Amino acid sequence: MSDRIFGAVGLALAAFYIWAASIIPNSFMVDVIGPRTFPYIVGTIMALSSLIFIFRPSGEPEWPAVRELSEIAFAAAVMFLYGWVLPELGFVISTIFATAYLTWRLGTKPLASLVTGLATSVGIYVVFHLILGLSLAKGPLGF
Amino acid sequence: METLSSLADGFAIALTFENLLLALLGCFLGTLMGALPGLGPANGVAILIPIAFSLGLGPTPSLILLTSVYYGAMYGGRISSILLNIPGDEPAMMTCLDGYPMAQQGKAGEALSLSGIASFVGAFFATCGLVLLAPQLVKIALLFGPAEYFVLFTLAFATLGGISSTNQAKSAFAAAFGLGIAMIGSDSQTGSQRFTFDEIHLFDGIDFLIAIVGLFALSEVFIFLEKHRGGSVGHSGDMKIGRLLPNLSVLKRCIPTMGRSSVIGFISGVLPGAGASLGSFLSYSLEKQTVDREGKTFGKGDPRGVVAPEVGNNAASGGALVPMLALGVPGSGTTAVLLAVLLQLNITPGPLLFQKNPDVVWGLIAALFIANFMLLALNIPLVGLFTRVLLVPTRILMPVVAMVSFVGIYSITGSTFDVMLMVGFGILGWVLRKLDVPLVPIILGILLGNEMEVNLRRALTISDGDWGILVGSPLVLILWAVAIIGFVLPIFLSRRVKRNMEAARPSEEIAAGD
Repeated sequence: MSDRIFGAVGLALAAFYIWAASIIPNSFMVDVIGPRTFPYIVGTIMALSSLIFIFRPSGEPEWPAVRELSEIAFAAAVMFLYGWVLPELGFVISTIFATAYLTWRLGTKPLASLVTGLATSVGIYVVFHLILGLSLAKGPLGF
Repeated sequence: METLSSLADGFAIALTFENLLLALLGCFLGTLMGALPGLGPANGVAILIPIAFSLGLGPTPSLILLTSVYYGAMYGGRISSILLNIPGDEPAMMTCLDGYPMAQQGKAGEALSLSGIASFVGAFFATCGLVLLAPQLVKIALLFGPAEYFVLFTLAFATLGGISSTNQAKSAFAAAFGLGIAMIGSDSQTGSQRFTFDEIHLFDGIDFLIAIVGLFALSEVFIFLEKHRGGSVGHSGDMKIGRLLPNLSVLKRCIPTMGRSSVIGFISGVLPGAGASLGSFLSYSLEKQTVDREGKTFGKGDPRGVVAPEVGNNAASGGALVPMLALGVPGSGTTAVLLAVLLQLNITPGPLLFQKNPDVVWGLIAALFIANFMLLALNIPLVGLFTRVLLVPTRILMPVVAMVSFVGIYSITGSTFDVMLMVGFGILGWVLRKLDVPLVPIILGILLGNEMEVNLRRALTISDGDWGILVGSPLVLILWAVAIIGFVLPIFLSRRVKRNMEAARPSEEIAAGD
C-alpha cells in the first residue's frame, strides 16, 4: 500500500513537473532542443517509475507508531523553528535549546540535556567561530 | 616515467606542513566517524564539506582533508564490527563474521591490528592502482564527445544501484528526482528561469550541499529519534582488547589472502556500481571458497576471514576514486560526495582535470599515500583511543552531528531559508529511506544534472537536432550496452546476491551509502 501511495504522489509530482516545464519561458537565446526537452525526459522517467510502484508494489515498510511519528514531527518542527529564530536570538542561545531538546528526546534527563546543550553550543561557538573563524548567526547580544 | 615524475610533483605539494596536518586531522576524524555506527563515510564527508569550504581552504588542501576522512572512515568501520558485532559502516559488515568471534576468543587486539594491516595493504595497493590506471582511463576519456558523455552519465545512473539493488524502478525514480532538482534555477544555456516560480531563493538553483547534508546526515538523526536509540553503542565490559600484535606466522598465512582480496576489491571499486560493500563481500566469499571449502574455520574467528573483507573494502574505496577522478563519474555514495567537493571548488572532474589541474590530482594521490601511513600508525597503537569513542552515547552524539551540519550550511550560505530547506531534505530522506528508495542516485542526479543536460544539448547542437547521434558511434553503443546490462541484470540476479549478503548481515541497521 505504501508503495501505491508513493506511486500516486510520484505521478502527481511528475505531472506537476511536466506542466511546470511546459511553462518555462523562451529566452532570446535559443539552442536546438531548448530548455524544456530535458525536463520533459526527466518527468517522463519519474512518471513511468511511479506507474511501476502502483502496479507492482513491493513489500510494506515498517512504519513507526503514532508516538514515534510525532517524535519525528516535533523534532522536525524544532529544527524548522531553529532555522527561523537563528537570526533573532543568535547562534548560541538557539543552539542551546535545539540541542537540549534533541538530547532530551533521545533519552537524557532534562537537566543533563540543558547542560549538554550549553556545552555543545559553547563548544561549537569556540571551535568554529573563535578558532576557525566561521561566520555564525549573530543575535542581538552579538553571539 | 611521466607518471612517476607527476607523482613526485604531487609529493612536493602534499608534503607541506599545512597539508600534512590536514591529512592527519582527516585521518583522525575519519576513523572516528567510521567507528561510530550511524556516521558512515558519506555522512562524515558531507558534514565536513561546507566547513572545509567556509574555512577558505584551497582545492588541494580541502581535497586532502576530505579524502583522508574517506580513507579513515574505511579503516574505522572495522572497530565496532570486531568489538561489538555492529558494523560501523556498511562495507564493514563482512568483518563482523570472523572479527567478532575472534574478539569473543579474547583475540580482539589481534583482530584489530590484523585488520589494520589489512586495511593498509588494501588501500596501498588500490592507491598504486589508481596511479597506474587513472591516466590510462583519461586517455580513453579524451576521445569522448558530448554524446559519449551523455551516455556515460546515463550508464552511471543505470549501474549505481549495483548488482544487489532489488528495485530498479526506485533507483530510476531517485535518479530522475535528483535530475529534476538539478534543473531548478536559471538554465545555463539560454538563461530562462526554470521551476523557480518567481521565488528569489531558487534563482540560483538548490545548492547540492544542502541536499546532501539533509538527505544523509539529518535523516540519520531522524532514524535515531524514531528508534529511541539514545544509549552508547558499546559497554566498557565488552571492550577488552588484549594483546595487540598478531603472530608473525598468522600474518604470513594471511599474505596470499591479502593479494587475492586486493585485486578483487580494487576491480569492484573501479567497476561502475559495485563499490566497497560489494568489494568486501566478494573478497570474503572468494576467500572462503579458496581456503576453507568445507566451512570449518570461516565464521568462527579465522584471521583470514578478518583480513579478506578489510583488504577488499579498502582496495575498493581506492578503486572507486579512479572513475571519479578520471571520468568525473562516481560509482558510490561517498565518491559522489567527493565529487561534490570538486564541484563546490569549481573544479570540473574528468579527463581535463588531469591536464588543467595536475597539481590537484597528483597532490591528492600523494596525500593518499601519506594518509595511508598515518592511518596505519593511528590505527594500531592508538586503537584503544578509538574504542573509547564507542562509549559516547548517541543521545549526545547525534544532536551534535545535527548542529554541526547546521553550522556548516549556515556558514556557507548565511541564509535561514537554506537551513529550513535542509531540514526539509532531512525529512524527505527519512521518508525515502523508509520506502527503500536509494538516496545516492538523488545526490548524483543533483550533482550531475546540469552537466548531463549540457552534454545532451551540445551533442544535439552538433548533429543539428538529430537524436541519432546518441547511437551514432561504436563508443556510444558500447556504453549503452554496459548501461542496459547494468540496469537489467540486477533485476534477475539481485535476489540471489542480496540474500547472500543479508544472510551475513547482523540485524542492526546501519548508515546508508558507502
